[in-house]
Amino acid sequence: MGPVSVACRTIKADLHVHTCLSPCAELDMSPLGIVREALRKGLDLIGICDHNSAENVLALKKAGKAEGLMVLGGMEVTSSEEAHILVFFDRDEDLLRFQEVIYAHLAGSNDEKAFGQQVIADEEDGVTGFCDRLLIGATSLPLGEIVETARAMEGESLVIGAHVDREAFSIIGQLGFIPLHLSLDAVEVSPNISAGNAMDRFPDCGKYPLVTGSDAHVPADIGKRFTCFTMEDESVAEIKKALAGKDGRKAVC
Amino acid sequence: MKLKDLVQKFGLEVKAGPEYLDREVTGGYASDLLSDVLAHGEEGSVWITLHIHENIVAVASHKGLSGIILVQGRQPEQSALAKSKEEKIPILVSQLPAFELVGRLYGAGIRGM
Repeated sequence: MGPVSVACRTIKADLHVHTCLSPCAELDMSPLGIVREALRKGLDLIGICDHNSAENVLALKKAGKAEGLMVLGGMEVTSSEEAHILVFFDRDEDLLRFQEVIYAHLAGSNDEKAFGQQVIADEEDGVTGFCDRLLIGATSLPLGEIVETARAMEGESLVIGAHVDREAFSIIGQLGFIPLHLSLDAVEVSPNISAGNAMDRFPDCGKYPLVTGSDAHVPADIGKRFTCFTMEDESVAEIKKALAGKDGRKAVC
Repeated sequence: MKLKDLVQKFGLEVKAGPEYLDREVTGGYASDLLSDVLAHGEEGSVWITLHIHENIVAVASHKGLSGIILVQGRQPEQSALAKSKEEKIPILVSQLPAFELVGRLYGAGIRGM
């Protein structure tokens, strides 16, 4: 690792936050609600990743801008193997195109009574609609294809295996170990386990850069776990450099 | 009972490993969490799953399972087929759903413990 660039600063980031669009998240995970809670917790950056949808990302970005919080737009995709991966993009156009592909491979419609409401909100917390797709379901896309789709977008993408220490809906839980040719930038461990314990228990955790995030579905959980990135700005390209430990950037969790 | 007996008795489609069907099946295990199979699968067992990812082959090979039966007519991914050749793991396909297939295997004398 080279010397830390003078322009680098340390950014406290919780990259795994759901909004009221996720059926399993609380209604008060609204754009302003999330942003204000994140600021109260001392976070500089949050990643928004609802299940199989990015329909609240733009509202979160606007709310973040208004209140002074950086917001990275992404999605928590459920693969055909029922493993979750987090996918982020610098460019909103890439995220929306990616969402089109995900939607084209996501069958079914939501049952609010069984799974919860899927609220689409604006940056002032006004309800603008409800998503009627079955966001809790799995896409018909295998992990490898999801990653390829992300990498095929015009701008940079950041792909992270979600909560790999969990048995349910994680790559290691579902598939036993991380497939050799899967191009991941990092793996995330859940708030249930420390990074050190994760590396002891899951050898795969030692093979990829590690991040932690809260996977918050309620405001109180936002920032419960976070990763500190030392880098020049909050772009996906800088985060990837930090994860790889390049050019004096680093990621610590 | 050998794998080839199961193929014949239950009309399984042989997707990979026809040369290894003489293997003795000493038990059965049904699970769709590969981490669970890694933890609890027993050598010689046949594994019933709906997963078609190539990792099933590595898990079966690591645990010394006799073979894999995919349920509901699910077709293994190409990479799984390629891997099964390397690892010498037969992949068989049943048109039945898992519950039904496991019941019939049990009826044929295969045990899970």
